[in-house]
Amino acid sequence: MPTIRRTKVEFEGRIEEREVIVEEEHVVPWERGHQMRLVGKPVPRVDGVARVTGRATYTHDVQLPGMLVGRFLRSPHAHARVTAIDDGEARALPGVFGIWHRFSPPEVGGLDGRELFPEELFYEGAEVAFVVARDRRTLGDALAAMDVGYEVLPAVQDFESATAEGAPEAAMGASNWITPDGSIYERGSVAAGLAAAAAVVELDFTTQVAAHCCMETHGSAARWEGDLLTLWHSTQSVFGTRSSIAGALDIPMDKVRVISDYIGGGFGSKWGAEPFTLMAALAARATGRPVWAMLSREEEQLVAGYRPGSRQRVRLGAMADGTLTLIEQEARVTTGAHGGGGHVIGGPAKDLYACDNVRTAVWAARTNVDSARAFRAPGYVEGTFALESAIDALAGELGLDPLDLRFRNYTETSPSRGQAYSDKRLREAYELGAERIGWRDRHEKVRQEGPWRRGWGMASQIWGGGGGPPANAIVKLLPDGTAEVMVGVQDIGTGTRTVLSQVAAEELGLPMESVRCVLGDTLPTPFGPGSGGSVTLASASPAVRSACREAQRQLVALAAVMMELEDVPVDRFDVVEDEIVYADDPAKRLPLREATAKMGNYMIVAKGARGPNPDDRAVNTFGAHFAQVMVNTETGELKVERIVAAHDIGRVVNPMTATSQVYGGVIFGLGFATTEQRVIDPGTGLQLTANLEDYKVPLGIDVPKIDVLFVDEADVSANSVGSKGLGEPPIIPTAAAIANAVCDAVGVRVTDLPITPDRLLPLLQQEVMP
Amino acid sequence: MAVEFRGPGRVPVSLNVNGVPSQVFVDPRRTLLSVLREELGYMGAKRGCGHGQCGACTVILDGHTVYGCLTLAIDCEGREVRTIEGISNGQDLHPVQEAFIEHDGYQCGFCTPGQVMSAVALLEENPHPSEQEVLHAMAGNICRCGAYPNIVDSVLAAAAVLDIPQGGGEA
Repeated sequence: MPTIRRTKVEFEGRIEEREVIVEEEHVVPWERGHQMRLVGKPVPRVDGVARVTGRATYTHDVQLPGMLVGRFLRSPHAHARVTAIDDGEARALPGVFGIWHRFSPPEVGGLDGRELFPEELFYEGAEVAFVVARDRRTLGDALAAMDVGYEVLPAVQDFESATAEGAPEAAMGASNWITPDGSIYERGSVAAGLAAAAAVVELDFTTQVAAHCCMETHGSAARWEGDLLTLWHSTQSVFGTRSSIAGALDIPMDKVRVISDYIGGGFGSKWGAEPFTLMAALAARATGRPVWAMLSREEEQLVAGYRPGSRQRVRLGAMADGTLTLIEQEARVTTGAHGGGGHVIGGPAKDLYACDNVRTAVWAARTNVDSARAFRAPGYVEGTFALESAIDALAGELGLDPLDLRFRNYTETSPSRGQAYSDKRLREAYELGAERIGWRDRHEKVRQEGPWRRGWGMASQIWGGGGGPPANAIVKLLPDGTAEVMVGVQDIGTGTRTVLSQVAAEELGLPMESVRCVLGDTLPTPFGPGSGGSVTLASASPAVRSACREAQRQLVALAAVMMELEDVPVDRFDVVEDEIVYADDPAKRLPLREATAKMGNYMIVAKGARGPNPDDRAVNTFGAHFAQVMVNTETGELKVERIVAAHDIGRVVNPMTATSQVYGGVIFGLGFATTEQRVIDPGTGLQLTANLEDYKVPLGIDVPKIDVLFVDEADVSANSVGSKGLGEPPIIPTAAAIANAVCDAVGVRVTDLPITPDRLLPLLQQEVMP
Repeated sequence: MAVEFRGPGRVPVSLNVNGVPSQVFVDPRRTLLSVLREELGYMGAKRGCGHGQCGACTVILDGHTVYGCLTLAIDCEGREVRTIEGISNGQDLHPVQEAFIEHDGYQCGFCTPGQVMSAVALLEENPHPSEQEVLHAMAGNICRCGAYPNIVDSVLAAAAVLDIPQGGGEA
């Protein structure tokens, strides 16, 4: 029975007390070393054929009879007022089915409290009008034929001008300050930390704006059948999308179905309903035809979010033996017109090390650009770069090995929560990584090749990813001995469909091919969380186990009758391989398939829920990256030769898909460290990099050798599967590890990202020619 | 105001896609990608950027890879177009496709059809590529998820499989 419980909920570094409805799982955790057929095995993806044949249907691929295409006309200015719109020429084009804007408004005027077509436009790309036409050519012609009058207004692009007295507004009716109080966290005192310190380092850092660059742009397709709305939406949260669109349209939730079967990349930016979702639904209702509205690449780069840039100052104090006495980290971020993202830069400073005196502050302000969004470990990526670079500098100052300094300040309890960890194996991750890269004898290796200098660096990482309730699963056990598992989560490319199938097949005693996992659709599935904060597996897999356990109990109860053992309690039977066995007389056994076959048309339907998290434990994930780099002292060129990534995420359900996720995280981290940066022209406030050529994401030829290592010990007190999240951890420490390796190679500490030759070369010249 | 269509009128174009001849009547400014997806129902090639910067629309034209989004449909008159839909034989996958599954050469899968087509074209031209040759041949295909190490493994594994003589021995 469900009950309401007050419990701590962690999401992307924020912990809050919330009342949540929880059910007990009634499932005994899989212990460490538990022998399993499928869990822990490198099972190829269950949807692999669909992905390699082009038959997987992404929102981008939805085609429906009579479907129209829709797109916004967007503001070409960083800040402007719409004075007039002449749509006469566009409306007259054959094949244009509808145009909406502030002088010809749609029947619903806003989404999530924001006006769809406001008079004042606060960023380049802000929505001005929405046009639907029978095909893309006609749509393009119509958008080009729109005549809009703008009064251009002054804009702000940086923290200082945004927060200056009398600065232009960056959002309607809101102060440019988002966190004027600095969201300060403090334990102990800075003065005490300084007083106890034998060495102090203080460094300034900047991190750039980084763009998600999902390969499938954001978008939706909408179809009405009577009062029933079906939305295809490239989203990390089908249920979140359903509630926001039902709210915006003021229609009941049961009239909305949201489908996201395949998603072409989701790195934090694809969440609920967006303006194009709402306009697709409204235009489809108005025209009586399905409407498809996917962003173009330019729109994707302009209005689909980014990781905000930051300016940070880190001050560390330590005793001569390396014991930390002070961690202080301050950050300034600009998060665009409507804020969001980047507010937990101080998360790692609070929890990565044992330290009595810690102070973090984050000041955030609005500017005239589109809003920042969550981006793979928001805040932690930026914060860890600065913190772990400063730790490296402190090790240098103290004459200690950077790894030894980290061991010196290792903590077995969560410093900010004052609780023991459910399990923490960062120590093992350090050791695995150090051994693989040869950390201890790195000084004996070849460090010079012509103008190239080689160096090694490392950095560590903490993240949440414990997941939690609510998450449910429904299992149908079919007469032929196959099963359908329905879970309301999404597979954003991480392999969720595969790993949940592994867990279900393991629990049900079925082969992989006898389990089908249905997700990414609000109609058949019970609630599952959005795929963010690395929670999907840790939230959903225990619910799947629980539902499968219940289905099996029901089958065993039926089998007992079939075996004429109806008076024997269910727990006196075991499922061994694919047979139901009476424990007291193992000769009495019934193959699973025979039992299900005897059900006729009856089908077992069972449900399961994610149980609560332990309230007296902190559930976290940990990892360490080790980098080997070469720097060309003549050109400033940086070549990352090798990254060793060692992670503690509890039990690894599928080492193949898990390794892929680590590759992905490291490669994102590599791009962040070396090439990626969004550039905005300070004069006009317009973006200069809104494409995939000027914004440089890594290609295969840019990628170094990457070694992926897992501690792989089940966290049995975290949940019944013993697994924690992995989506975000592997992007977190990469940039710091690379920057620390650069410092080891050439003796200069790069504190500004990305580490490009134009940045590195002047630093090298200063070092060589003081 | 008179109702007017913009641009030149539609023209007939004869295409041969995956060995199947078909004729479409399209605006001359239509790209091959747009005609494949919107007229002929080949949805495997994706529009990731529309500017020839990402490679998700990669198809093979007369034996060489092209970006479908930068190729005009009228330029393909009478030429052979191969798409991801044309490289497997019914239920039998191409060895490159098999290798991508076996080596987890993808994550979200959106760029995968383009990656597979680049790999197929490479192996037809150079059956024994080195790792560096694979990396260079596939440098026009972005995988934002970062599946690159497994993509390279997949292509090299497929090359090894394709290298095994068919029919139990050398001819």
